[in-house]
Amino acid sequence: MFSKAVPRHNQAISFDAFKNFLFVLPAVGIFSIFYIYPFFDLFNLSLHQWQGIGPKTFVGLQNFQELWGDKVWWSSMGHAGYITLIALTFQNALAFALAVACDREIRMKRFYTLIFFIPPVLSEVIVGILWNWILNAGTQNGQPIGLFNHLLVQVGLPNLVHNWLSDPASALTCIAVVHAWKGFGWGFIMLLAGLQTIDRQLYEVAKVDGAGSWTTFWNVTVPMMVPVIMVVVILTILGSMQVFVLILSLVNQGLVYHTEVPVTRILSSMSVTNQFGYACAQAVVFGIILVVVSFALKSLSNRMKQA
Amino acid sequence: MFFNKHKIENFFKSALIHVFLMIVVVSCLFPIFWMVRSSLMSNATIFVDPSLIPQELHWSNYVVAWTKGNFAVYFLNSMIYTISVVMGIVVVSSLAAFAFSRLKFPGRDFLFYIFVAAMMIPLPGSFVPIFVLMNKLHLVNTRLGYILCMINVGLCLSILLLKTFFDKMPSDLEDSARMDGCNRIQIWWHVALPLAAPALAVIVIYNSLNVWNEYILATLLLSDNNLMPLQRGLMVFNGAYQVDYPVLMAGLTMTAVPIIAIYFLMQKHIVKGLSSGTIGGLYDPA
Repeated sequence: MFSKAVPRHNQAISFDAFKNFLFVLPAVGIFSIFYIYPFFDLFNLSLHQWQGIGPKTFVGLQNFQELWGDKVWWSSMGHAGYITLIALTFQNALAFALAVACDREIRMKRFYTLIFFIPPVLSEVIVGILWNWILNAGTQNGQPIGLFNHLLVQVGLPNLVHNWLSDPASALTCIAVVHAWKGFGWGFIMLLAGLQTIDRQLYEVAKVDGAGSWTTFWNVTVPMMVPVIMVVVILTILGSMQVFVLILSLVNQGLVYHTEVPVTRILSSMSVTNQFGYACAQAVVFGIILVVVSFALKSLSNRMKQA
Repeated sequence: MFFNKHKIENFFKSALIHVFLMIVVVSCLFPIFWMVRSSLMSNATIFVDPSLIPQELHWSNYVVAWTKGNFAVYFLNSMIYTISVVMGIVVVSSLAAFAFSRLKFPGRDFLFYIFVAAMMIPLPGSFVPIFVLMNKLHLVNTRLGYILCMINVGLCLSILLLKTFFDKMPSDLEDSARMDGCNRIQIWWHVALPLAAPALAVIVIYNSLNVWNEYILATLLLSDNNLMPLQRGLMVFNGAYQVDYPVLMAGLTMTAVPIIAIYFLMQKHIVKGLSSGTIGGLYDPA
């Protein structure tokens, strides 16, 4: 009697579970096809030589060996590192200063917050083309047509007028500054939200103890903000290392080696020279570097929290 | 009273702060103003007239961009992609998040962790295998292919956001709906979704911005001019041998205005989504 009841009961449960599973089926289906499969295909392709059509040849780790000696690739990594460094220092310092300024009782706080987040909602294509126009190096009747060069002439610095985006000495810095212009609003919003969670009483206590505003800032605000700062740092690194659409749209005279970053290298391996295997090897290496860096920083931030 | 030293000090302090903030405000807004201003110049004056406000406003640039510049098509495409992707994400992710939070089936937690893990792993260059896959599936140069890809892009974050929301939701309403004879799908539709409106707002806005601004997949998957969204169209226009700058600036403005308008209208939700730590806190869930 008991043995008969169990299977029926189990069947009811499993049919119920199946109906529940139907809820996640669309998500799991789309995710498997467009994420899981390409994810593994990336590793698979990185071990092959393939032109995008025709037969694939298995070459083992040859793509990675080639990549190890690829100077253009490693210098592109350096360029991304430079953009990231400026984002980490200049952009985040600005974001933090603005957040601290807006955290106090100040008029028009909402207006400032509203405006600072406009550049982040614009697309990289818009920002790139717009700043390309502002930094435009063309001349008409001996007068520079780009706004920036025009202003340099107006303020009496005509010596500085030049092609900011094609000169190797200034191109990367221009990219980094435009990237910072687009990105500081993110950091600002997150840091401001972090600042607002700090208990006001801590400031009162510091005041009663006779701490000046500078001391309070370093001994109360900054330590309390470490977790939020670490999140912003990790997101800044991941975002800035992978920037590339901005560069494609900002530097419109075509890609030149001194403005290449890893993702533009991957893109041109794929769509310019048709080395799909090599492109995937580059993507794998770059992805691993990013994962290692972000997990190292995350464990560092966890350790700082415990300390 | 008026000469109170402390007060004067405070006044100067906040004046300085306002000056600092205002400089940043101007540097945010001026490039955008310059874009609109340049879009109203004519081809004859744009290179020689440095004035802030053009003497003649050439609104015709917008007409040229819209008709000859093909922006009518790009704009329509962007609308189609944004609306269908966002609707797709809302349905697919809310069904999944509801099940992950409220229903039981084997492998549930494992599946959920895969979605979370996928979000933590940065995947640069994922466009290469995706392009290969879409080629195999013959979905290159189809609206459906691009829409499915973009649904996948927004899926993980939306599921995580909604699941956290459903987890916090009290289950009394669901229980009484079940008593009234509602089945699972009815509970999802009549109870869970309406209650999740605040989280859905964040998802809708975040994904709308994301799809409207997306460039690289649109470039690789859509080479047919009639299927391109705005971002791709702008780059096509920008890459022309002789760039018609006033018309290009008109195109930029037309692309930027909807997104800025949505941002102004929904500002509260965007800031809430960002600062609640759901988006930024992904790397720090502990």
